[in-house]
Amino acid sequence: MEIKGRVWKYGSDVDTDAIIPARYLNTSDPEELARHCMEDADPAFPAGFRAGDIFVAGKNFGCGSSREHAPIAIKAAGVSCVIARTFARIFYRNAFNIGLPIFESPEAAEDIHEGDEVLVDVDSGVINNLTTGKTYRFAPVPPFMQQIIAAGGLINYVANKLDVRSEK
Amino acid sequence: MPMTITEKILAAHAGREKVEPGELINARVDLVLGNDITAPVAIKEFEKIGAPGVFDRERVALVPDHFVPNKDIKSAEQSKQLREFAREHNLVNYFEVGVSGIEHCLLPEQGLVGPGDLVIGADSHTCTYGALGAFSTGVGSTDLAAAMALGETWLKVPESIKFIFDGELQPWVGGKDLILHIIGDIGVDGALYQAMEFAGPAIEKLSMDGRFSMCNMAIEAGGKNGIIAPDEITRAYVEGRCKRPYKFYKSDPDARYARVYRYDASQIEPQVAFPHLPENSRPVREAGHVEIDQSVIGSCTNGRMEDLREAANILKGRQVHKNVRLIVLPGTQEIYLQALREGLIEILVKAGAAVSTPTCGPCLGGHMGILAKGERCIATTNRNFVGRMGHTESEVYLSNPAVAAASAILGRIAGPWEVL
Repeated sequence: MEIKGRVWKYGSDVDTDAIIPARYLNTSDPEELARHCMEDADPAFPAGFRAGDIFVAGKNFGCGSSREHAPIAIKAAGVSCVIARTFARIFYRNAFNIGLPIFESPEAAEDIHEGDEVLVDVDSGVINNLTTGKTYRFAPVPPFMQQIIAAGGLINYVANKLDVRSEK
Repeated sequence: MPMTITEKILAAHAGREKVEPGELINARVDLVLGNDITAPVAIKEFEKIGAPGVFDRERVALVPDHFVPNKDIKSAEQSKQLREFAREHNLVNYFEVGVSGIEHCLLPEQGLVGPGDLVIGADSHTCTYGALGAFSTGVGSTDLAAAMALGETWLKVPESIKFIFDGELQPWVGGKDLILHIIGDIGVDGALYQAMEFAGPAIEKLSMDGRFSMCNMAIEAGGKNGIIAPDEITRAYVEGRCKRPYKFYKSDPDARYARVYRYDASQIEPQVAFPHLPENSRPVREAGHVEIDQSVIGSCTNGRMEDLREAANILKGRQVHKNVRLIVLPGTQEIYLQALREGLIEILVKAGAAVSTPTCGPCLGGHMGILAKGERCIATTNRNFVGRMGHTESEVYLSNPAVAAASAILGRIAGPWEVL
C-alpha cells in the first residue's frame, strides 16, 4: 500500500484538546468532528486542507485525553496518515483500532517541511520525500497490530474471536 | 525471576507465571468503565461486534460525569445512550445524576476497584486506581467495546520507572505537588508507554487521597499506569469497602527498572504548573505576580475530602477576592454529604465560593466555569493545554487545593502561608 500527500507540519506535544476541543465532544458524529479538527491549533487548517494531506509532527503526538474522537476527527477530515517522532500511548492504540495509519519516524519528523509532497510505502517501511528526494525508514508495525489491521480493525478482530469461541 | 508490582498484576491476569517488558499479553479485566463522552462511541462499536451481551453485568461501569447534569441537548442524548444501554444490559454499576460523581473519585469510593485488580477505562485518568495497588490504564472507546464483549484486553507489558521519595513532606505539600514536580523533571512524555512506580518513606506516609492525586497524573507524563504498593493505609481504605476479594502485590527488591529517580521530599515546595503544559511546574514562591480571574477546586485529581478540608481550612473566615470566581466541585455525592456534615460547605459558601454538584465540568472546558478570552484560572485539575478550560487565549495554572484557595483570596497566585 502507498500513501501520497502534501504535508501539514506540527510541533511536539500536540494534545487531543488541540486536535478536537472538548466543546465538540457532545457528539461522536465523524463528519461533525471533522469540521472542527485542529481548528484551535491551526486556524489555517480548515480552509487550506485537501483530502489526502498528511500530518507530520514532533514527539508525543496525541497526548492528553483518551478521546477516540481525536483520531476519528483526523481520519474523517480526510488526513491520509500521521507521521510523528513518537505518539502518546492511548492515541497510538486508538489510531490502530479505528484504522488511521500512523508511522513513527524521528528522522522524517525532523526533516520533512510544511508543504512537502510525501509518499509512504507502507509495505517496505519507507517514507519518500518527493520534494527533496530524501528517504526515511519508519518503525515496523508490531505483529499484533498487523493482525488487527489484517482483520480490518479491532472490532472485526474481536467479532472473529467471539465466533471462534462460540464454535468451540 | 524478580518482577515489579505492575508485572506481577499483569502476569496474574494473563494466567502466566511471569511476564517481561515488551511482551504482548491477553489479560483478564476485573472492571471496565466508560463515561458520557467515551461510552457512546463504545456502545456503537460494541453493537457492531454482535456479542450476545456484556461479559459480566457487574463489571461494566458507566458513569456520566463530564457534561452532567446535562448542559445541552446533544450531551443529554449522549447520557441517554448510556442510560438505555445500562437498562438493556441490566448493568449493576450505572450511576445516575444524584448518586453519581466523577468516575475516578466514585469507583474507588464505591469499592469497585481493589488492590491487585486490572482495570481499563475509556478515560485517560483511569490510571488513578494505581493508588490502591491496582494496574489501571486509560484506553479509547473501541478498546472499551472489545473489553465489554470479551472481558479481556491486549496489553504490552511496560517497562517500569521507580520514583523514590525520601524525607518528610513539607507543610502544604501533597501528592499533587510531588507529581507536578516529577512531570516538571521528566517532561510530559518522560514516562511514555512506561509504568510509574512511586515509593519511599514520604509515599508510605502519604494519605489515600494524596496517592490518588499522584497516580491520577501519571498520564500527564505519558505513563501507562501509576502505581503504589498497597500497605496499611490502603488496607484501612479498602477494608469493608471493597466489593470483591483483593490481593496485595509488591515489587521484588531486585526487580528491574528502566530508570530510578530519587528525590528528597523535604526539598519540594508547593508547585504551580504554568501554561500550557503540566511540565511547566515551578515552586509557588517563584511564580511572581500572576493575577487570576477564577479558581477551580475539584476534579478527579483533587475533588476528595482531604482536598475540600484543606481548601476550607484556608477559606474559613476569609473572603474570595472581588475579582475572582471560586468554583468548588466535590468529587462525589458522598464527598458532598461528608463536607456538609463537617461544615465545610458552609465555610466555602460564606467565603464566596460557588459550590457545584459533582461533575468534571470546567476541567475539560465542558461547562460550569468556562474562561473568556484573556482570562486566567488557577485550578486543582490536571491539564493546562491551550484552550483546555475555554478560549484559546485563556490560561490555566495547575496547583494543589491550598494554593488554589489562597490564590482565590488574594486574587493572584499565592501560597497558603500568605493568608494564614
